Amino acid sequence: MSTVGVVRFPGTNCEFDTVEAIERLGGRGRIIWHEDTHLDGIDAVVIAGGFAHGDYLRPGAIARFSPIMSAVISAAGEGMPVVGICNGFQVLTEAGLLPGALQKNRGLTFINDWQNLRVSSTNSVFTSAAEVDRKLRIPINHFEGNFTCDDSTLDDLVANDQIVLTYVDNPNGSVGDIAGICNRERNVVGLMPHPERASDAMLGSNDGNILMESLLASI
Amino acid sequence: MDEPLHRALGLTDDEAESIAEILGREPNPLELSMYSVMWSEHCSYKSSRIHLKRLPTEAPWVLVGPGENAGVVDVGDGIAAAFRIESHNHPSAIEPYQGAATGVGGILRDIFTMGARPIALMDPLRFGPLDDPRSRWIAEGVVSGISGYGNSVGVPTVGGETVFDETYMGNPLVNVFCLGIMPAERLVLGEATGVGNVAILFGSSTGRDGIGGVSVLASAGFDEDEDDSSKRPSVQVGDPFEEKRLIEACLELLDEGLVVGIQDLGGAGLCCATSETASRGGMGMDVDVTAVHLRQPDLEPFEVMTSESQERMLAIVEPNNVDRVLELCAKWEVTASAVGTVVEGGQLRILDGPDGDVLADIPASSLHDAAPLYDRPMAEPDRSSEVDPSTLEAPDDPWADLCGFLMDTSWVHRQYDSQLFLNTVVGPGADASLLRLKHPVTGEDTGRGLGLTTDGNHHWCIVNPYRGTAMTVAEAVLNLACVGAKPLALVNNLNFGNPEHPETMWQLSQAVDGMAEACSAMSVPVVGGNVSLYNESNGNNIDPTPIVGMLGMTGSLDQPPPGKGLVDGHRLIVLGPDGSGLGGSLWGRSKGAVGGDLPELDYELHLRVAEVTRALVSGGLVSAVHDVGAGGLGLAVAEMAIAGGVGAIAARVADHDALFSEAPSRVVVCVAPDTMSTVEQMAESMGVPITRLGLATGDRISFKGLLDGALDEAQAIFSSRIPDALGVH
Repeated sequence: MSTVGVVRFPGTNCEFDTVEAIERLGGRGRIIWHEDTHLDGIDAVVIAGGFAHGDYLRPGAIARFSPIMSAVISAAGEGMPVVGICNGFQVLTEAGLLPGALQKNRGLTFINDWQNLRVSSTNSVFTSAAEVDRKLRIPINHFEGNFTCDDSTLDDLVANDQIVLTYVDNPNGSVGDIAGICNRERNVVGLMPHPERASDAMLGSNDGNILMESLLASI
Repeated sequence: MDEPLHRALGLTDDEAESIAEILGREPNPLELSMYSVMWSEHCSYKSSRIHLKRLPTEAPWVLVGPGENAGVVDVGDGIAAAFRIESHNHPSAIEPYQGAATGVGGILRDIFTMGARPIALMDPLRFGPLDDPRSRWIAEGVVSGISGYGNSVGVPTVGGETVFDETYMGNPLVNVFCLGIMPAERLVLGEATGVGNVAILFGSSTGRDGIGGVSVLASAGFDEDEDDSSKRPSVQVGDPFEEKRLIEACLELLDEGLVVGIQDLGGAGLCCATSETASRGGMGMDVDVTAVHLRQPDLEPFEVMTSESQERMLAIVEPNNVDRVLELCAKWEVTASAVGTVVEGGQLRILDGPDGDVLADIPASSLHDAAPLYDRPMAEPDRSSEVDPSTLEAPDDPWADLCGFLMDTSWVHRQYDSQLFLNTVVGPGADASLLRLKHPVTGEDTGRGLGLTTDGNHHWCIVNPYRGTAMTVAEAVLNLACVGAKPLALVNNLNFGNPEHPETMWQLSQAVDGMAEACSAMSVPVVGGNVSLYNESNGNNIDPTPIVGMLGMTGSLDQPPPGKGLVDGHRLIVLGPDGSGLGGSLWGRSKGAVGGDLPELDYELHLRVAEVTRALVSGGLVSAVHDVGAGGLGLAVAEMAIAGGVGAIAARVADHDALFSEAPSRVVVCVAPDTMSTVEQMAESMGVPITRLGLATGDRISFKGLLDGALDEAQAIFSSRIPDALGVH
């Protein structure tokens, strides 16, 4: 069975939730400590949500220097699926695996709330099992989730179909209502919403499972 | 003449004399400072202990009752639940962000000290009125402090309450409730045993923050003449990232069985943790004050011993495990130092270096057991001049009165991570919160749920603290029933005014008796608590505000409970007796009438209402459910209409008294037409009276002959009240 490695930095807090959501779908999740230097036996990587290294300096700014990130960057270069959820998205932008940056929410408060998302592209390792325009009900949970980039980067994202998820009602001021993007090679995806929190109808929605299923199918 | 040192430290002359008696000599300044923090009101409960003894604390499922860091109950499948409530009222009045943040940090440590992983926080908050700028500043600071700390430390905040009222002007209440779960066999207590075992201090370095927090700050009121900002250095500063690593490090230490006992450092810092672990274990301890890792080099021994720097723990470890403990701490980037040794006898000795001078030498247990116990004078306040709201004329515009009570608190709880750990079936804003219960180690879903609620109502308790507190406990029972949960136990936070005022002590004593009566009658043991006194501002005591945090459990959890929202075309029924009487009501308060007395509370009937509510909720027989509390039946129906986006047409409500009465033991349910007879039969078979109230439909909220208003108007008032007041949109 293929294995999804879920990275744990000091301060990460969604790692076990992410493993639970993966295993609920029949996948296998394994926690990877940030000081590890290899990804032996790992077929895909999720950088889970939380506050890696306390979000000190800036979310993701210290995490990109953790030893495991060199392995993640080179694996991503070789085509391994890599997904960053929330804080993981911030880490991926800091590490240069994805363009843009996440700044403070427009309203200058932390927001934990359900959002309606729209699938904008199915051409990525995290959206391949969905359909374009499908609505997904998945919560956000962040202070710094306001995606921003310069105009030419935004043009590139649009031109290359790299915007994979958008908000129906933009909660945080993200440019282009962007909730998630992928790299040009489509194997690295970052998103602010938490699909693992929408993994069971008992918790309010299981719309996140289609994203996790996409990841498992991509391995 | 200079003030004697003991008085400057907050000790009375009599207390100083007892210390000299205990030691058989005059204490030195270090010893005196240690007694002053440990014998403070905050640490010693010297004014309230005599009353707290009257609370019922036992039940077969109670594993640990009051007196430990947290209460612990057995929740089945080999899982134990630890929970506790604490206050951080005074620090939050001075420095709202850090005051609230460190309140969260402190309660978390109480839970993981017991060996439990904290899985949920709840915050009952009380602020001054929204039209007061300072109260708004406090509210915004407190909420962002809870958000900033709680979210980052990685423990979801799943509920709480937010109330704005003039009684809290200048003295907000910031209570924090925390729940943790653990494998039942991992339960650890804060005991130092085994001569030669090593005391390891780990976590943040020790600095000058929070020195005297318990005595200077928490055990005195606020006064306009004084500049309260001068108390600011007594407020600690929190670091949630340090705490997060501390949680993970502690749980790994416990998983590996490396500690004999463990204790967090809270109020009174190292002085409290060393003396408490030693006296619980019936041992003594030698503490090398120079071994403590410091934030700045020039701390005096008394500062090291009484500093309330946050995010610190003390573990008692066998010598052969010390290296492994240090290694695990290093993995989590947590600084650790061996600072003490468990010794025979009962003396706590503070040493200047491993073989250095003895700086203090006192019986460890005397800091706790010998603390003074006061039976302070009590007097019932004279409230005869207060107006009984039942004597007021009927309002001209009950709709306007009702709209005045509408307030959506989602501005508060949207700032909290309420979903982490994938347990939250019902989160903030509901009658009670509901969490899936998964095994803390295997992650296996037990198929059952834990219900949690915090409740308090100062309007009731100022009118009649005895019955008001009993009604508070009763409301918590009904709130749990609304999510299908049956009560297991409660913890309480008794927020009162100045204990040196006989009226305050009478209120406290009455509240304890009312709680004892309700808990006994409804079989809910009290497994822990906290007392916060000196909640006063400019000589005015707050209204008595006992807050309860109640834990309950559901049977098989097959579907989420229905929530409050009305469903179009369904019928409205009130389960429970007719309610009347306006004493203690929000409506009375809004008219300035705070006299009279509270409605009656019939425990037998109340339990039957709770039972039928649980049965209806867990059986999936109702489409919406909401108990009647503050604001009465009128507000309950309006909130249900707003939540569902569906209007209500109600009848059989005689007058404004019946509309706004907060008489207990009532629940409004929404029922599909074809389920009506089943619901009515169930209620009848359980001996619960019902009233057919009306129908959920349309876009208006109407009570025949009383009021009729547009749902969208109510919705707009509801959702804009807090954002408008704060100027945030």
